[in-house]
Amino acid sequence: MTNVLELRGITKRFPGVLANDKVDITLREGKILALLGENGAGKTTLMNILYGLYKPDEGQIFVRGQEVDIQSPNDAIARGIGMVHQHFMLVPVMTVTENVMLGVEPTKNGVFLDHDKVADRIREISDQYGLEVDPHAYIKDLPVGIQQRVEIIKVLYRQADILILDEPTAVLTPQEVEGLFRILQTLIDKGKSIIFITHKLKEVMNAADDITVLRLGRIVGSIDPKDATPEILASMMVGRDVNLVVMKQPAKPGEDVLKVNDLYVRDERKNMTVNGVSFDVCKGEVLGVAGVQGNGQTELVYALTGLLPVESGEIYLSGTAIHNKSPRTILEHGVAHIPEDRQRHGLILSFPIYDNMMLCTYYEAPFAKGVSLQENVIQNNAETLVKQYDVRTPNIYVNASALSGGNQQKVIVAREFSRPIQLLIASQPTRGLDVGSIEYIHNQIIKKRDEGTGVLLVSSELDEILALSDRIAVMYKGQIMDVLDAKNANKDNLGLLMAGVHPSESTQKEERLP
Amino acid sequence: MTQTATVKATKPKGIGGGTLGQALLVPALAVLSGLIIGAIFILAIGENVLTAYGALFRGSFGSLPALIEGIRVYFSTGENQALVRALYPFTESLVTATPYILTGLSVAVGFRCGLFNIGAEGQFFIGALCSAFVGYSIRGLPAFIHLPLAILGGALGGAVWGMIPGYLKARFGAHEVVNTIMMNWIAFRLSDWLLNGPMQASGFRPVTPNIQPTAELPRFFADPLRFNWGFVLALVMAYIVYWFLFKTTLGFEIRSVGANPDAARYAGMNIVKNFVFVMALAGGLAGMAGSAQVLGVDHWVGQGFAAGYGFDAIALALVGKSHPFGVVLAALLFGFLRSGATEMQSMAGIPIDIISIIQGLVIIFIAAPAIIRWIYRIPTIKTEETVLTRGWGS
Repeated sequence: MTNVLELRGITKRFPGVLANDKVDITLREGKILALLGENGAGKTTLMNILYGLYKPDEGQIFVRGQEVDIQSPNDAIARGIGMVHQHFMLVPVMTVTENVMLGVEPTKNGVFLDHDKVADRIREISDQYGLEVDPHAYIKDLPVGIQQRVEIIKVLYRQADILILDEPTAVLTPQEVEGLFRILQTLIDKGKSIIFITHKLKEVMNAADDITVLRLGRIVGSIDPKDATPEILASMMVGRDVNLVVMKQPAKPGEDVLKVNDLYVRDERKNMTVNGVSFDVCKGEVLGVAGVQGNGQTELVYALTGLLPVESGEIYLSGTAIHNKSPRTILEHGVAHIPEDRQRHGLILSFPIYDNMMLCTYYEAPFAKGVSLQENVIQNNAETLVKQYDVRTPNIYVNASALSGGNQQKVIVAREFSRPIQLLIASQPTRGLDVGSIEYIHNQIIKKRDEGTGVLLVSSELDEILALSDRIAVMYKGQIMDVLDAKNANKDNLGLLMAGVHPSESTQKEERLP
Repeated sequence: MTQTATVKATKPKGIGGGTLGQALLVPALAVLSGLIIGAIFILAIGENVLTAYGALFRGSFGSLPALIEGIRVYFSTGENQALVRALYPFTESLVTATPYILTGLSVAVGFRCGLFNIGAEGQFFIGALCSAFVGYSIRGLPAFIHLPLAILGGALGGAVWGMIPGYLKARFGAHEVVNTIMMNWIAFRLSDWLLNGPMQASGFRPVTPNIQPTAELPRFFADPLRFNWGFVLALVMAYIVYWFLFKTTLGFEIRSVGANPDAARYAGMNIVKNFVFVMALAGGLAGMAGSAQVLGVDHWVGQGFAAGYGFDAIALALVGKSHPFGVVLAALLFGFLRSGATEMQSMAGIPIDIISIIQGLVIIFIAAPAIIRWIYRIPTIKTEETVLTRGWGS
């Protein structure tokens, strides 16, 4: 068995940061190597070095035993290394064929683009690797799972035999993830080798032949998937024991805190994305909203928090109508919002932490006296919250942009939880966070629930929904497919609902449930 | 990146994070580089660099021997002519800096809210006309009422002129860049008509009558020194703007809307209200610049009066990183360069345009600090750039 790729002693420094510290990695031919690590562990930096986007300060790269100097992505491609990025590099208004040929356009008579030749080659690749896709479809019309196939085809079209996939499952439904793993297996069978970057523990154990764990820029160790358990991997990633199961008592739901009646909402492009949604959330319970990203969850949350107008329908907060009220009015009624995009809505990155800690209440006592901001109060408040919520920061004066994602999220949680609230709307609260931060945020949400706050949890991570929710609503194309009791929910029936299929319509039977 | 390792534990003291020294380093080197490259141009036109920069320095600061001589003559004979002549260059630089400070603040306040106020020139003009009108048309008031009234008139005129584009943006989404430019043209042509008609002094020249002495900003010295309380007014306004932006809830809103409008909306702030308010504030500051020029220096308004202060203000706000104190420093720099340039032209025969070249270079270097960092090998400090303005789609 040969090693198709070897990295030896790779070190990369950024000003003030050691992103990779003498990293050694070996990829065996025809195998899947999973590179596991938290955000900020240096996985992506390492792969960007391999792909020629960064130059390493020290270290060597060997491809098939031969030392290579990779200066640019073109060098990497010439060595047979291809990368599928986490955020797809596709032009939505172009067809599959046009996207695949972008950058390596073959021509007829030296002038005209040869679409047919490329389309034929795409069909060949599709057949060979089981990557079904219509070469003439427009990217914008394709579901995310298929778009990912196009990215893989792009890499294969460039004749890569070493594929790097950066967090490939982040945007997929459970069923799509299974589809991806089948594709990866086919690729391996046909002699390709794959590096698979992820922070999700269970996937690694299913798909990988080798697992290498990175932490803070260093290799922690490699482990055979057969010997790995989620607990072992998590503690390797975080450097301490992590409790993966959220400990919680059964909910003690009280009266309704949020009531939504037949809600219709248009998104910013004026498309109706929430189509007649009704549900309620009680005090002291977590209602999870599951669904593949882009099925109206975002707009639902925006309408609830006043960021988007309501087309029709009603929203009541403890009996008070709040539909089409301003964000401030809703805020003042005791709604906390952990926004889906923490850097867009949740924080002002160029402001110091202490300003971000009072972003929603800056105009009230004790933070303001008349129009005058009370700097001492503001800074003391931040000092207290930073301690209480364990925000890892050198001090409260640094800008929010200097914090890691997990600590940025803690700033938002601290701010939202430190004012009196009756409803918490948490949208993708742990997206992109490391295992340690996820554990922390989950426990905080449950703690709020136990204090009697109603929680609306929107997440595309099924594990998260299942871990926290007392009831689960599944959204598909702007409607709620069903609301399940958490006891009756599992990945199979939720996955089907997320794809728009009622489990009762399919062959799967309820009897399979525990 | 990795946890918190990137962060330096410094409490921000200066402009836009970092220490004051770090904040001033790049601008100082930018000025130095501008002068060095300016020297190449002076050599290229066959003049002596030392003579030129000597004259520039004397023109902007005066000369020490002349000052000592002036003081000696004054105390020995009571004759102040020599002293006045020695003080003239320095005070004249401050006089030039005064409208720069106020218009620079105007544009900076806009930038802080993500708005690009290109209309300072027109607001300056309108402010000057309003102040002049209050100044010459009202008679018999005591100075302590008349002067504040005249300043207020100018500030209000400018505020209205700025508020119109602000309202159009808030109500209809019309971009403020287009509308402030259009308001400039309206101001210019309106003033042409006013100066040739309703506001024209008796005679044929297109100028307003002289303002009443009760509306004048008092001068510190006798003629020909024009240095007056307008400069103090500008400094006080800079402090007020600083306090307002950084110490009040309203300023917090403005900066939030400028730095991240989505987060501002999430936090319950009313974005469009801030647009209207900030444009009025910016207009008021530029209008006050016009007031200070009329009431303190010229005492009347003529055609072509504004002379580009409002446009240079954009560069000033940029150079001063949209911070009130930065703007004051940048305005002083421009004031000294402009004022010294006149001397350089008359004494050393070097065309005044060289100064425009140097100013241009300084602006380029400050707008693209990477050039300066590269030339002088300064390591990058991680600080957030001030948000200047949003794109056209906003």
